[in-house]
Amino acid sequence: MANLKVPVGPADHTLSDEHAPVTLVEYGDYQCPHCGRAHPVVKALRKHFGRQLRFVYRHFPLTQIHPMAEPAAEAAEFAGANGHFWEMHNAIFENQPSLSLPLLAELAQALGLPSEDLLSALESREFLPAIKEDFLGGVRSGVNGTPTFFINGYRYEGLNEFEDLVEAIDAELLSAKTQHRRAG
Amino acid sequence: MARILAPGTPAPDFTLSVTPDQKLSLRDLRGQPVVLAFYPADWSPVCGDQMALYNEILPEFQKYKAEVLGISVDGSWCHAAFAEAQHLHFPLLSDFEPKGAVAKTYGAYREQDGFCERALFVIDEKGVIFWSYCSPVAVNPGADGILEALENLKEKRQSHGELEGSRRAS
Repeated sequence: MANLKVPVGPADHTLSDEHAPVTLVEYGDYQCPHCGRAHPVVKALRKHFGRQLRFVYRHFPLTQIHPMAEPAAEAAEFAGANGHFWEMHNAIFENQPSLSLPLLAELAQALGLPSEDLLSALESREFLPAIKEDFLGGVRSGVNGTPTFFINGYRYEGLNEFEDLVEAIDAELLSAKTQHRRAG
Repeated sequence: MARILAPGTPAPDFTLSVTPDQKLSLRDLRGQPVVLAFYPADWSPVCGDQMALYNEILPEFQKYKAEVLGISVDGSWCHAAFAEAQHLHFPLLSDFEPKGAVAKTYGAYREQDGFCERALFVIDEKGVIFWSYCSPVAVNPGADGILEALENLKEKRQSHGELEGSRRAS
């Protein structure tokens, strides 16, 4: 019931090697404090595992309790359309406590993207369909809150702490190696 | 875990408060699918609480013309405050007096705790349980099971319609 139903594809925002033996998918909400806390953990995981770990971020904004989550996700997509998804993604999480429209405009400006372009993209809701698609894919995969992680397509049920995630990813690396050896 | 009512069982009817001065009966919703979601309590302390999630997914449920009802033993004033705080756009029913009476008829009451299970029911247009699921009480069951059930219900209805030779203009 809780495996990833939408495989990682070209529409996804990914970091690191597509041939990495382990892929970590996060369904996140930019205004969710638990996601804010998970952000540095993911960074540390990427540093720890290097090219062995591919990271994918998908949007799961709970708009009714987090009114800034969706505009923030749209701002990240807007930056992404201009080749700066991850810079915006990081900047949003790093400034989560002061999330607001002026802040998003400021962050866009800092990336060299005209804030008026961002505001008009927010107004026309240009990037909303992509976000909804992430969200619904998440729902179908049994995402019930944020952050939800999938490791190689399997839902991760443990704590969102560095050590716990390292352990789960290590286990997956080990089984990937065994399978590789068997295949070879 | 309680043993909840299984698919094929007629859904026990009930009339419960939906606001401090308004009541709702299950039979009033005949003719459309109903998602009945029993949950332990308002004010769960996590983001992505079960009711908040269903709130986000309402447009999907509406595609199946399904009515979503949350139900717990909380009183209607408590529900009103919770719904307002969470901006919930679907009814929360109070199984408050006698406490848990409706939950008991669905096998979804936890005697030892005095509140409802996290039990989900999809009820078809004729008032028969089409799908049910009971989640461990600490685990938000998400919505994938409900959506799958609504999809299956729709397919069943369509294939049934075809059997009866009714033609659908496309």
